[in-house]
Amino acid sequence: MYDLVIIGAGPAGLTASIYASRYHLAHLVIGIQPGGTIAHATRVENFPGFKVISGKELGAKMVEQVKSLGTEVLLKAAGRIENKNSVFTLLTEDSQNYESQALIVATGTERRELNIPGEHEYLGKGVSCCTACDAAFFKEKTVVVIGGSDAAVSGAIHLSQFAQKVYIIYRGEALRAEPAWLEAAEKESKIEVILKTNLKEIKGNGSKVTRVILDSPYKGSDLLSLDGVFIECGGVPGTSLLIPLGTELDKDGFIRVNEFMETNVPGLFAAGDFTTAGKVLQQVITACAQGATAAASAYKFLKGQKAPKILGLD
Amino acid sequence: MELTLTDQSFETEVLKSNLPILVDFWATWCAPCRAISPIIEELAEDYKGKLAVGKLNVDEGSRTAAKYNIMSIPTLLIFKKGKVVKTIIGAQGKERIKQQIEEILGSSD
Repeated sequence: MYDLVIIGAGPAGLTASIYASRYHLAHLVIGIQPGGTIAHATRVENFPGFKVISGKELGAKMVEQVKSLGTEVLLKAAGRIENKNSVFTLLTEDSQNYESQALIVATGTERRELNIPGEHEYLGKGVSCCTACDAAFFKEKTVVVIGGSDAAVSGAIHLSQFAQKVYIIYRGEALRAEPAWLEAAEKESKIEVILKTNLKEIKGNGSKVTRVILDSPYKGSDLLSLDGVFIECGGVPGTSLLIPLGTELDKDGFIRVNEFMETNVPGLFAAGDFTTAGKVLQQVITACAQGATAAASAYKFLKGQKAPKILGLD
Repeated sequence: MELTLTDQSFETEVLKSNLPILVDFWATWCAPCRAISPIIEELAEDYKGKLAVGKLNVDEGSRTAAKYNIMSIPTLLIFKKGKVVKTIIGAQGKERIKQQIEEILGSSD
């Protein structure tokens, strides 16, 4: 029996673990992507203390710190959580059980799909959700990034180091990335932005992508010949683990937490991108803060003691 | 223990392998590749004697990666008697990968 199990190995879960270690809570971390969503980012330039760092490295440093404090980070998927007599039991994909008196869930978001024909058929054959992973396979090719936020624009900038042409296609009227990213994209002549447009279909020759169909003509045609489609349309909260526990969600499906990262289920805390707190500003720094708060609240819950510096809990 | 494969060694170690062999195409810049690396090591141990396991860095094995149309990593290919019999795209959990390995080991082709 652990004091605490943390599900999710991204910045929220890993920061929660660092604080849990310092609170001397017996715990472990279980997750499927060490470093979390940020591990997919090629460049992070707004995390305090690091002028420029790759998302992969930032995630790896957090994992290393967690492990250096003696905590196990298990690489596996959570299958189901049960809550009985104030004990949480996590059943993982390999049929192992982990019991704890408190739980912090920080499983983040799953990549949003376009849900258009050709998307699944050509996954790995020109369709990708990871510009950092796959840009190198598109040297001198033409690619498109679907999306308009930081991930899409920074991804397009990364792709422009390899591809000969990068389109950014976004459904909105204006890209909504940080002005710093927009400025960098504007300076890159290989990048062309197409706004108020969506993809209708991804087509190929059976073994790879050859073109896409747009829902709005571009330069007189709704066909765009290209070799790669990178999907960066944000994430949907991965809440399937928590719904059976009766956890409250908001209207968009995000886990409802208060300022102490408490859910409506006693002993169950949540932090990061898939919570109502994370929704306000979905960034590594806010996920870390929420993870720390969740750990402090779990400490208070477990030990009946006021955690250092936590306000409002007497 | 998984084999470290190169363009030069691919034919001997993979195409002429007596056992079915799972090849992990990866690169240093790929975070999901790093995430599944411990899983690949475990699978090499779990299936010793039944399935060989190898890793090909696409930077160093670029000709092989191009030959098999690798456009996304991580990609796992399972070879049997020199032919690709299973393609697994993207980072998947150990249980899902095992299910697909069992399909191949279970078939008599």
